[in-house]
Amino acid sequence: MNPPSSHAVTGAILYLDGVSVSFDGFRALNSLSFTLEPGEMRAVIGPNGAGKTTMMDVITGKTRPDDGDVLFRQGTIDLTRHDEAAIAELGIGRKFQKPTVFESHSVADNVLLALKGPRDPLSALFGARNRIPAARIDAVLERVRLQEHRRRLAGELSHGQKQWLEIAMLLAQDPSLLLVDEPVAGMTDAETEATAELLKDINRDHSVIVVEHDMGFVRALGCRVMCLHEGAVLAEGSIDAVASNPRVIEVYLGR
Amino acid sequence: MITLRFVRFLEGRGLVFLALVAALVLLVPVCNLLVPPGSPFHVPTGMVVLLGKYLCYAMLAIGLDLVWGYCGILSLGHGAFFALGGYAMGMYLMRQIGTRGVYGHPVLPDFMVFLNWKELPWFWHGFDMFPYALLMVLLVPGLLAFVFGWLAFRSRVTGVYLSIISQALTYALLLAFFRNDMGFGGNNGLTDFKDILGFPVQAQGTRVALFVITGLALIGTFLLARMIVTSTYGKVLVAIRDAESRTRFIGYRVEYFKLVVFTLSAMIAGLAGALYVPQIGIINPSEFQPTNSIEAIVWVAVGGRGTLVGAALGAVVVNALKTVFTTGFLAPYWLFALGGLFILVTIALPRGLVGLAGDIFARFGGAGRGPTRAEAGQTP
Repeated sequence: MNPPSSHAVTGAILYLDGVSVSFDGFRALNSLSFTLEPGEMRAVIGPNGAGKTTMMDVITGKTRPDDGDVLFRQGTIDLTRHDEAAIAELGIGRKFQKPTVFESHSVADNVLLALKGPRDPLSALFGARNRIPAARIDAVLERVRLQEHRRRLAGELSHGQKQWLEIAMLLAQDPSLLLVDEPVAGMTDAETEATAELLKDINRDHSVIVVEHDMGFVRALGCRVMCLHEGAVLAEGSIDAVASNPRVIEVYLGR
Repeated sequence: MITLRFVRFLEGRGLVFLALVAALVLLVPVCNLLVPPGSPFHVPTGMVVLLGKYLCYAMLAIGLDLVWGYCGILSLGHGAFFALGGYAMGMYLMRQIGTRGVYGHPVLPDFMVFLNWKELPWFWHGFDMFPYALLMVLLVPGLLAFVFGWLAFRSRVTGVYLSIISQALTYALLLAFFRNDMGFGGNNGLTDFKDILGFPVQAQGTRVALFVITGLALIGTFLLARMIVTSTYGKVLVAIRDAESRTRFIGYRVEYFKLVVFTLSAMIAGLAGALYVPQIGIINPSEFQPTNSIEAIVWVAVGGRGTLVGAALGAVVVNALKTVFTTGFLAPYWLFALGGLFILVTIALPRGLVGLAGDIFARFGGAGRGPTRAEAGQTP
């Protein structure tokens, strides 16, 4: 928990410096460095294999980096020392690329399991988690407009609704940082638009990193954009600056 | 108010199940002890023992369903916990023989005298006291499950790998218990029991009493398991079964949840084994055979995985079939029948007998329902 002494205290909520990860000789992340300020929203784009998902794996404790620093909350927490459950408790929530909700639970139970609060076996067996008022669940479902579906099984939802339910679960966790991987994949235009509004709304009191290929959606988010390529940051800046960067056009957007 | 909440807690199936077991507990003693042997309502003592055996298996099945049906841990070694509970009870029963053994030794069981042992091994001490033996019935399987689970779940051993090492666990115990110098009677195991708590084990009254106790223990196990699966804990178990890493990313310590339910399940299995041994009259290493553990999985699958009632029902139905099949001319075909049943259920009835009953009931306009997908998830 002690801040590594070699670093000046950073004001960033998330601070990555020189992070490298190799799988069987393939460098998924190649000395990746960037920072995210508290309350900021950042869109991450880049071709397949650029390291977007690996970056999320490193931040959420699924993958341990071979090298580099991953610091959270103004540099006070070294994320490489914690596992997935601990990092979730520290306040980092993640939405997966493929929507993963608990399909055999009702929509309401999905949110119930995600809601912030004690998560030890005892409190699940007899304790606080059995006495969560329905209003708390409904309040979350209302934000993603799933309240009429609360009794349905999550497995019965449409693809877009599952994506929203997963975002609702993130909201229920109330993390200070949200990592959102391809939230609008498979969504209709109307759904995509609604999701952009939802994320902007969430960004009012949370820091957010969004990985997405849909450039229209990224533009709608209206935030800073970062393009990854071969495990490092290729370009960073406003959407227009990044989209007109010749290297980005070459490796990702195409001519 | 309380009754109403209790009914809702049990749901229709659970209520029917409890009523059935309660009826057995009440009627079997009456039909055995009070109804004269000539009457068509008489239940012979042999049948009482057989039913008692089925109820022990039903307890084991409920324990197994908690880990497999709800949490997705396919344990192929649960027979080991059942056998360990059985051995703990067997050790108590051996110590009760006293001087009535073949060699008439006041302390040492016959097999130890036969092996020329001079004194009781340390781990046999205390088993002359029933409360201590009862404690060991729960503690030994529980502790083994805890250590096994601690190592396996913390290293994130899942799926088929966990199944294989659980199978190896029971096989290792099988080999160990076969050895004479382990001090558990080797190949022959523990048998020739005389009495339990002062009552002769062979007596009709004792057999009926053991049946009643088993029935009550089954009811208790069912209520405990039902309480677990209806709590948020049960929801976390299903979440782990369906999307383990997702559960972790929300912040649950998956290994602790698995460890608690696995240990509890082993203790239930141990208790079932302890009730089984005095009724059957013997415990030997064959109880550790991997096939026993696999059969238990088949019971749960046949009855309906992820439904407690289904697991218990499956244990009784499959064992009743086994009794029919293994006596008489059908005997050579039992394993084929068992294998065929497993394939049939997997392909045609993925939600087991309980699911089938629910579908039939629903089709004919009943208000009942089969297991929801929450109860019969499709993940292996």
